[in-house]
Amino acid sequence: MYNTPRPISLLLGFLLCVLAFYPLYGDLVFGSKASFFMSKLTTIVIFAILAMSLDLLVGITGLVSMGHALFFGLAGYVLALASPEYEAASIWYILPLVLLCCAALGAVVAFLTIKTSGIYFIMVTLAFGQMGFYFFNDAEFSGGSDGMYIMLKPDVSLGGIQLLNLDEKQTLYYLSLACMVFVYMVLRMILRSAFGQVLIGIHANEHRVKAIGYNTANYKIVSFVIAATLAGLAGFLAASQYGFVNPSQMGWHTSGYALMMVIMGGAGTIFGPAIGAFVFEILHYVFESFTDHWLMLMGAVMICVVLFLPNGIGGALLSLVQKKETTGEKNDG
Amino acid sequence: MKLTMKTKSFSHSIRQSALAGAMALLVAGTAQAADPVKVGVMLPYTGTYGALGEAITNGMQLAIEENGDKLGGRDVEYVTVDSEANPGKAPQNMNRLISGENVDFVVGPVHSGVAMGMIKMARQEGAITIIPNAGLNAATRQFCAPNIFRTSFSAWQTAYPMGKMAYERGYRKIATIAWNYSFGKESLEAFEEGFKAAGGEVVKQILTPFPKVEFQAYLTEIASLKPDAVFAFYAGGGAVKFVKDYNAAGLKKSIPLLGSGFMTDGTLTAQGEAAEGVLTTLHYADKLDNPKDNAFRKAYMDAYGKEADIYAVQGYDAGQMLVQAMDVVKGNTKDRDALIAALENVKIDSPRGPWHFSKAHNPVQNMYLREVKNGQNVVVEVAAKGLEDPATGCSMMK
Amino acid sequence: MDLATILIQLLNSVQYGLLLFLISSGLTLVFGIMGVINLAHGAMYMIGAYLAYAFVEWTGSLGVAILLGIPVMLIVGIVIERFLIDSLYSRDHLFQVLLTFGLILILNDIQSILWGNDTHGVPIPDMLNGSISLTDNMSYPVYRLAVSVVCLALAIGMYWVIQKTRLGMTIRAGASNREMVESLGINVRTLFTIIFAAGVALAGLGGILSAPLSSVYPGMGDNVLIICLVVVVIGGIGSIKGAFWGAMMIGLVSTFGPVLIPSLSSVMVYLVMALVLLVKPRGLFA
Repeated sequence: MYNTPRPISLLLGFLLCVLAFYPLYGDLVFGSKASFFMSKLTTIVIFAILAMSLDLLVGITGLVSMGHALFFGLAGYVLALASPEYEAASIWYILPLVLLCCAALGAVVAFLTIKTSGIYFIMVTLAFGQMGFYFFNDAEFSGGSDGMYIMLKPDVSLGGIQLLNLDEKQTLYYLSLACMVFVYMVLRMILRSAFGQVLIGIHANEHRVKAIGYNTANYKIVSFVIAATLAGLAGFLAASQYGFVNPSQMGWHTSGYALMMVIMGGAGTIFGPAIGAFVFEILHYVFESFTDHWLMLMGAVMICVVLFLPNGIGGALLSLVQKKETTGEKNDG
Repeated sequence: MKLTMKTKSFSHSIRQSALAGAMALLVAGTAQAADPVKVGVMLPYTGTYGALGEAITNGMQLAIEENGDKLGGRDVEYVTVDSEANPGKAPQNMNRLISGENVDFVVGPVHSGVAMGMIKMARQEGAITIIPNAGLNAATRQFCAPNIFRTSFSAWQTAYPMGKMAYERGYRKIATIAWNYSFGKESLEAFEEGFKAAGGEVVKQILTPFPKVEFQAYLTEIASLKPDAVFAFYAGGGAVKFVKDYNAAGLKKSIPLLGSGFMTDGTLTAQGEAAEGVLTTLHYADKLDNPKDNAFRKAYMDAYGKEADIYAVQGYDAGQMLVQAMDVVKGNTKDRDALIAALENVKIDSPRGPWHFSKAHNPVQNMYLREVKNGQNVVVEVAAKGLEDPATGCSMMK
Repeated sequence: MDLATILIQLLNSVQYGLLLFLISSGLTLVFGIMGVINLAHGAMYMIGAYLAYAFVEWTGSLGVAILLGIPVMLIVGIVIERFLIDSLYSRDHLFQVLLTFGLILILNDIQSILWGNDTHGVPIPDMLNGSISLTDNMSYPVYRLAVSVVCLALAIGMYWVIQKTRLGMTIRAGASNREMVESLGINVRTLFTIIFAAGVALAGLGGILSAPLSSVYPGMGDNVLIICLVVVVIGGIGSIKGAFWGAMMIGLVSTFGPVLIPSLSSVMVYLVMALVLLVKPRGLFA
């Protein structure tokens, strides 16, 4: 699983091209809705980043967090609160600040929760998520339950020359896509490193890894901090897209949906959760378009995934490819 | 998000447009004068606020049906999106209506947090937005815009007049209680402003965690404070529970309960005896006994088999407003300035009494003092005539 | 606060705590014995409340609603256990979390289809509709006290069944060693179905008994779920005794907390939970 099989790499490359060339064929295929679908795709890509960051915890390290949306939402609030009211914040200081805050809170939460495991970890992360939700829900300075605006989107310029204009839908779309690829690369790199191997070992058998002499708690904390930071990147993009943040973005439903994307796509495969985000959001959109009872259909899909597709789409793809490879080898021999 | 068929007039084209979206069919993008007017509706149809979304939709459609199902001579097509009362999804849903469906008007939402997300998009994209409920003050204060209208109320309007009413009834020391969320806090602040201006004293403000409905501890605290009266804001399930608990704790006899009108609107059957005698202020009441209200209530009952409530009235007025303004511009939605001017100048003969828009696009309307009698919010007197929100910070006031 | 107020607040804490215990006991029972975490527990509570509304509308009696409602909830529990939960016993908790999250969505939709989205009230039975005066201006509704008595009786009953009876012995044995119990000729499969159905019925009973106290509205289960999880986690997941003391603790915290430190009232219970787990990572009684 540590090296993506070639057919899957090709498939991912193809899907990425489909996304990258959207502006070329969007108008032809979707007509007047093309611009809306580009925004929708941007949102989905951002969720894909969130889901992949969660996969580092769930699929790789084996820490099932039900509070991952905390960092997604926090990033938006940091962006909103730290941006000056009447001028755009420069991305060169605001983005590091956002990520730093998420990493710091991630470290605190990880430090406090890492002693627990299994179902307790799920519940404690849920509790921390709820604490964050209520903190911002009650806070006067951040607009309480109404949320708050980011009046001007972060400014991306160097030496006085504007490099990117985040007000343009297409620019934001490509920025999000680039971030998705970047996060994927980072996670792949982590997976291949010695550090990543220890995380995988912890997932498989923590006692053994401990017995060899590793301080597993520290490894888990670092993993949690990285995941929180990457979730913060997703949150930063999400808040930049519409310029609006609200406590509901860090509620436990958001965390639950992110978890669902991970499982639907295939935990531990990194690319899977991104696919999961697309499938989940597109199904949601289609169901809502056709029926009043989309809740029931979404619930049914979730149950079916758990019952019939436990390794997710990514897992199914991998086993399909591996089966082909083994039969192929037999034929060769 | 949901595109759905609510009535026959919701027409085939909705599903077609959904099809176009989902299945990537080609749709012609150019609109002609003979094309139907597209009204985007963004209201909650699932969850805690589902009943409100339904009443508003019904009310609006009733007003348009009474006009022969036409706006300015053109057919009407509704595009409905379930807001899920989820603020996080609000900009996305709004974007779907504005740039995905190219609607001429957006009507929504119920929830103040969702309104914040909608207003952000409405200000950015310039879409004409009609708010049929959400009462956050900011919508017609610092975030007011030429293309944003509200047919309902501001939180301030529904609570401020009670301050004077309470003082006139001899209450000098009052404790206030509400859910700890923006609308609850705005309601308490408005009441306290009015009550202090009249000369009263607020002995304690209690904010309870939203949306928890366990009030016993707070009632005990109120009992020990012994104020002259209590002013409360709760809505829906929380309002039912609060009013019942207040009564069951025996407090209603010694400490009269006052509230924002939402505490006893749409909830009276569930509250039963417990609500009898509670005084509230709101822009609507039972037994207003004007011909418009009587006709509206009958028509609503005939069409939907349900009693009309305040939410239905607000939806109905949103519909009336569209009917009037579209008649003025003769169905021309292209000339945006003329359309906005027509909307600004509507004079609505509402079941709640006549009202018109302030410069900030919030209704200038009567607020009624109501008392719960035999399961009805019976009007006692007009608490404030032609009350206008102060609209502090709205750039259109100059 | 004067002494009388403190005493009344204590009464409030105990009463709320007992109600919380009733609602969370099913959750901890199912987890402790079967190792299954059921997020749809709150949704079951909601279904119970709506059943109370429907049956009281129909028959006019809360007693009848309880008699009819519990079998309905048992059937719901049996169906869900047999068709959905059964395949999850050997799997990670993660899958239980997701499957039962899916169930929440479905049950919420079923509620909306069957009963609409209006808020309803359920009248308190005439027999219990009085109140007892406590101070010059405060009285206590008899129904609340009656519910407390029922909760207390259930708590004692559950303790007795699990600690002292043969069924309880089997249950405890089944929880610790499934193979051994099966080798004694006891069908663990059926036992698990019974336990899960009982858990669902307890949530439903909580909903039915709370309906006259509270109101019945869409989404009411979501709020209950989170507070139940907090109670169960504080007490130690799976421990009935833990759930009892956890519920009492939350009852105290959410009664006195907001009065003493109003600014922290919303986050207080989560803070307590985090603190407990910091000291005892598996809860107080695990």
